[in-house]
Amino acid sequence: MPVKIIVPTPMQRYTMNHEEVEVGGATVDSALHHLVENYPDLRKHLFSDDGKLRSFVNVYVNDDDSRHLQGGETPVKDGDTLTIVPSIAGGLDAVGAGGAPSFHLQQNPDMMDLSNYEVLRYSRHLIMPEVTMEGQKRLKAAKVLCVGTGGLGAPLTMYLAAAGVGTIGLVDFDTVDLTNLQRQIVHRQSTVGKPKIDSAEQTLKEINPHVNIVKHEVMLTSENALDILKDYDIIADGTDNFQTRYLVNDACVLLGKPNVYGSIFRFEGQASVFYATDGPCYRCQYPEPPPPGMVPSCAEGGVLGVLPGIIGVIQAIETVKLILGEGQPLIGRLLMFNALKMSFREFKVRKDPNCPICGEHPTVTHLIDYDEFCGIGRGNEGEALTTGEEISAREVKAKMDRGDKFTLVDVREPYEYAIAKIPGAKLVPLATVKDRLHEFDSSDEIVLHCKSGRRSADALQILKQAGFKKVKNLVGGINAWSEDVDPSVAKY
Amino acid sequence: MPLHLDEQLADAIRAHAARDYPHECCGFLVGKSGGDAVTVARVVPAANTREDSPRNRFEINPGELVKVDKAARAEGLGVVGFYHSHPDAPARPSEYDREHAWPGYCYVIVSVIATQPREIRNWLLRDDRTQFDEDAIL
Repeated sequence: MPVKIIVPTPMQRYTMNHEEVEVGGATVDSALHHLVENYPDLRKHLFSDDGKLRSFVNVYVNDDDSRHLQGGETPVKDGDTLTIVPSIAGGLDAVGAGGAPSFHLQQNPDMMDLSNYEVLRYSRHLIMPEVTMEGQKRLKAAKVLCVGTGGLGAPLTMYLAAAGVGTIGLVDFDTVDLTNLQRQIVHRQSTVGKPKIDSAEQTLKEINPHVNIVKHEVMLTSENALDILKDYDIIADGTDNFQTRYLVNDACVLLGKPNVYGSIFRFEGQASVFYATDGPCYRCQYPEPPPPGMVPSCAEGGVLGVLPGIIGVIQAIETVKLILGEGQPLIGRLLMFNALKMSFREFKVRKDPNCPICGEHPTVTHLIDYDEFCGIGRGNEGEALTTGEEISAREVKAKMDRGDKFTLVDVREPYEYAIAKIPGAKLVPLATVKDRLHEFDSSDEIVLHCKSGRRSADALQILKQAGFKKVKNLVGGINAWSEDVDPSVAKY
Repeated sequence: MPLHLDEQLADAIRAHAARDYPHECCGFLVGKSGGDAVTVARVVPAANTREDSPRNRFEINPGELVKVDKAARAEGLGVVGFYHSHPDAPARPSEYDREHAWPGYCYVIVSVIATQPREIRNWLLRDDRTQFDEDAIL
């Protein structure tokens, strides 16, 4: 009882290119088994190891799906036609496994052209199947904004420029300082004193003249942030303070843009991609900023110069992956790096349904006052000092010259004391002040100092609370002393 | 295998992709495989039966494939491949595409970004099913 089996195109290579095969058999199953006996290579495509018809293979008897008849037991008779029909399905990957599906470039990469010169420049990219001409055009079409051109922004922008990212925006209003050069490798000895964005532009253009650099020499604020960010595809956050970090996060959420985040402190760093469209935002992970002064900045606490190289480059890689649409982005994951242990740890970050900006019922619908949100008022942390509690370096010098009786107390660490000191100052590190109150005479006038005036302001509060009345804080710390009184004292 | 796809047919695929955005569209490539290239004679839109998740999935009813295949055979042609769209994503096969594809068919993917159709690319699954290779659209 011969029946005709129609073999679909992809399987014809196993039937010696026969489209139609005649076999015997009384049921669908027996006909198919006869078929694979004649063409053994076909077996593994039709049947699983346990001999069952594979779930993505359908068999039609004449015009009817055998599953709607009696399945494999469906009887067949002379002259019937069996058609093997492969299931046809596909689709995008789920979020977090294979790129960020919601992310797309504003500019059409197909509109980009690469000159022969550029083809040669990017040849090591073009021969990778994950990049190719298509990916390189995506990089060229991409616009990335780097907030801050400091420790993180330096390697980040340099690698993005080298990789061929078409437009790199820079936001910074600072000038290059000598203390930056220990880590901010986009700046050079020769650009000390120049605006950072000009200095960075010079280096980036030197690396790759094809890159379009857009300079925003402003402080990012609630007033200008949306306007500056809206033209970019990706925002890379290389800032060093919580106000700007929350501002960048909120602006990215409101604009639906990914925020490639990094932060560093001493030997440790963090990185993540906050993209509220496909995952959590910075506020989901950190709903509240820490109390002012609790997390010291790099200027106060220091940072290993090489560390931002690691974290900034992780940000650059995440940025490039988003642009290419390749791999698994750091969305919903927080990467923690410890340079001393040389270890990476990864934590899941979940989207908070109650997040005030990206949750189900957002209460933050526009940019707010981030100084207020972070508890910062007029540049002073904690309780503001009155003018009567402050004293300038010059006034302290005058007191010394007059022979006034007062105690100068240095609340810095011993290793800072070893760098530079004001003659006659008594070293009492801030952490020990509380335990050493008995060493002070409350009838004496006391002048406190540190490096910049911040820690000594905290020490002043401690003394005040202990009942000391005649206490003053040296404004600007030992650095002001070096600048205004005695340049032979090293600034740091 | 490189694919001969007339600009007019490519436009029909783009139009279908734009029409169904933000859902994935899908359809058949009917034509002939001759020597070292595949020529598409016409494209036939199919219904996406994945109503549970049409934004990132497509599935073609096998009955529809039987019908289209039968009509194609009557003309001396065959189903040489399928097209589908990737809304707001590149025209590159996903892992899910790879798991559900068949070697021997051309898989044409069109990217649609914010309602606008973008690049169209042609992919073939390797015989060992490990990955897709891109081939030209002529």
